[in-house]
Amino acid sequence: MTAALPLVLTVFVACAVEAIEALTIVLAAGLTRQWRSTFQGMAAALLVLAAIVGVLGPTITLLPLTALRLAVGALLAIFGLQWLRKAILRAAGYKALHDEASAYLREVAAAKAAPVSARRGVSDWYAFTLSFKGVLLEGLEVVFIVITFGDNQRNLGAAVVGAAIAVVVVTVTGIVVRAPLAKVPENAMKFTVGIMLTSFGTFWGAEGAGVRWPGSDATLLVIVPVVAAVSLSYAAWLRRAHRLSEVASGSQPQTAWSETEGVTG
Amino acid sequence: MLRALKSFWAFWYDFVVGDDWHVAAIVVVALAVTALLVHAAGVNAWWLLPLAAFAALAWSLHRATAGKS
Repeated sequence: MTAALPLVLTVFVACAVEAIEALTIVLAAGLTRQWRSTFQGMAAALLVLAAIVGVLGPTITLLPLTALRLAVGALLAIFGLQWLRKAILRAAGYKALHDEASAYLREVAAAKAAPVSARRGVSDWYAFTLSFKGVLLEGLEVVFIVITFGDNQRNLGAAVVGAAIAVVVVTVTGIVVRAPLAKVPENAMKFTVGIMLTSFGTFWGAEGAGVRWPGSDATLLVIVPVVAAVSLSYAAWLRRAHRLSEVASGSQPQTAWSETEGVTG
Repeated sequence: MLRALKSFWAFWYDFVVGDDWHVAAIVVVALAVTALLVHAAGVNAWWLLPLAAFAALAWSLHRATAGKS
């Protein structure tokens, strides 16, 4: 189990971020519209996700490990670099920090404005589709992370455990506070996940292309801190450039790094 | 039908490729070159993909922030 701990932790953090985003949407639909239709939407999305896992899971395990690592490594690296790009831009002040509280307010305003209409046995179609889309989209990312990480490490069980703990923790917390989890340092979590996805993607992708890493699996212990150091230096460099330009133009510099969230949480 | 196909494609494009397709392209090209170096030239090019990833990230950040400072 100790050997699987990095895998469980990586999947846990990645899935927690997705679960928080899904929770925000479900709360907005349920609290402002109707819980029954919201739960129906959630259940329908979970059924679709289960079908995707049922089809993809066994298919993926049939692929040879080299081909799997090449394809999955490429996808994870692309995915991870996307996350890092957004997290760095947010930390540097070029992009607004993802604020679950304001995302929730936007969803609530839209939900209140939409008319109530019954369709296909669902009494509030808007609440159903809002909940369905939110859970399906965020759930797809969870499925992607669980299958790719779990299968590459040949330890799908550990990946499922990490994801399940994340979903349960976020759901229970959401039920207790009955509000979006605005205090969670989401950008720091996304930054961490971006580093892990990029590192694992680079490692597996290159292995799939035929590379033999010097140090074998232990190379990951070097790749992760190097990716973290490079990403943090990019963020620091951009933040300084952004502040200097704001000072030069006479506007109030943003303090995304230290006073609000930033990558350090 | 066409609209549904378009939104299906848009969803998967956004899901996999994201905001900047150049990053995805650089990663794919770097993997192809790595495979070529390993299998055709016998070079264990473990360094290529990390360098390409850092370069892709730097370039994408530069493109995203250029003119916004």
